[in-house]
Amino acid sequence: MLDALFGHLDLWGQALWGTVVLFFGGGAIALVLGVIVGGMRVSPVPIARAVGTVYVNLVRNTPLTLIFFLFAFGVPVLVEGDVDFLGLAVWALGLYTATYVAETMRAGINTVPVGQAEAARAIGLPFGQVMSLVILPQAMRAVIPPMMSVFIALLKNTTVAAGFSVLNLGSIRAYMSERGENAMDVLLWVAIIFVALVMLLTLLQSQLERRWKVAR
Amino acid sequence: MQPLVELEHVEKHYGEFHALKDINLAVEQGQVVVVIGPSGSGKSTLCRSINRLETITSGSITIDGKELPAEGKALARLRADVGMVFQSFNLFAHKTILENVTLGPIKVRGLSKREAEQEARALLDRVGVGHQADKYPAQLSGGQQQRVAIARSLAMKPKVMLFDEPTSALDPEMINEVLDVMVGLAKEGMTMIVVTHEMGFARKAADRVVFMADGEIVEEAVPEEFFTNPRTPRAKDFLSKLITH
Repeated sequence: MLDALFGHLDLWGQALWGTVVLFFGGGAIALVLGVIVGGMRVSPVPIARAVGTVYVNLVRNTPLTLIFFLFAFGVPVLVEGDVDFLGLAVWALGLYTATYVAETMRAGINTVPVGQAEAARAIGLPFGQVMSLVILPQAMRAVIPPMMSVFIALLKNTTVAAGFSVLNLGSIRAYMSERGENAMDVLLWVAIIFVALVMLLTLLQSQLERRWKVAR
Repeated sequence: MQPLVELEHVEKHYGEFHALKDINLAVEQGQVVVVIGPSGSGKSTLCRSINRLETITSGSITIDGKELPAEGKALARLRADVGMVFQSFNLFAHKTILENVTLGPIKVRGLSKREAEQEARALLDRVGVGHQADKYPAQLSGGQQQRVAIARSLAMKPKVMLFDEPTSALDPEMINEVLDVMVGLAKEGMTMIVVTHEMGFARKAADRVVFMADGEIVEEAVPEEFFTNPRTPRAKDFLSKLITH
């Protein structure tokens, strides 16, 4: 059992790196895009609200595997030359997770009393600054726990990229089987590593909650 | 001379409900107008429509000769010139008292942080909460919060200030400290539109009282005349209730 891990540290290292790249790459896209789309859904501009709603409903209602398929088979048709599957997987994860980030942000925005936005508008702040200076900083406090759940789900969703020839913790079993290791041993190690990674995120969550506690 | 704030044939519908009916109102520079009336009469809606926190169905609202713009940058610029004080204070909960007052001047007026803080401290001293500058809104009493909200509006150097029932959420002993600040502003020549039930304030500071009922302006008069000799039965009825209770 121990040998399944320590005998192949090179492969485990590469797989972990793949997962980390998928998580941080997809997470960065999801966070930026999600906050923008969440903002669009509460904006005073009807077109922005409509685009945000369509995006969330279209992408969130599509299974992640299907989005991966669309990227893996669609992009090579559209783009000439070599296709970077890791890059595609990052974008697929990011665009998919952004819908969950957007909805979580919207829930957070709704916890901020409407008077806060009215006061911000009344001193002449444009919509963007009403959001960035007054609403989002207060919404962030409310959304840390559900937002962390979204990112934990993203971390585990990185394993879906296994089906698209991207080496990560979700696909390492196939590589290890080729090297003659027992599949159950490998999968147990994968589970242990995921539990540890999620614990790191949970730790980050309690740190953030403490730092952004509502000052009273 | 053109009035600073002018409403012409303003109508507002909430679905079936007719909230404002053919409102015509002109407020000259330096005037203090008190809007009074039973709840549901549309006085708050009127006040909020002047800086377009409420949209109107038809009619026109001009401020300093300019028609109220639709949503966007132009509207934001106009709002910067129109101070607004809310019933529920609405101080930014995540910012200190000082930051509440400096946010607009820094972000909208482009003042440096140092300049903005200097002016903010002077304003906070003027409304009597200078020593609370580093606290958060929730640590202050209602009366103190409302005075900070007035300072926040003043920091933008507004042409006109709107007060939407500024003392209705306050305990009785805190009402006066807010009214004193408002009377001071009126004496200094600030143009003010004040929705309130405080007859004392109306008598002391208002040039005119506008009485609203059921979405209409029913009566308009100087305070003394309105309170002692109301012309319409609707106003008489309202005033009699204020006095007997």
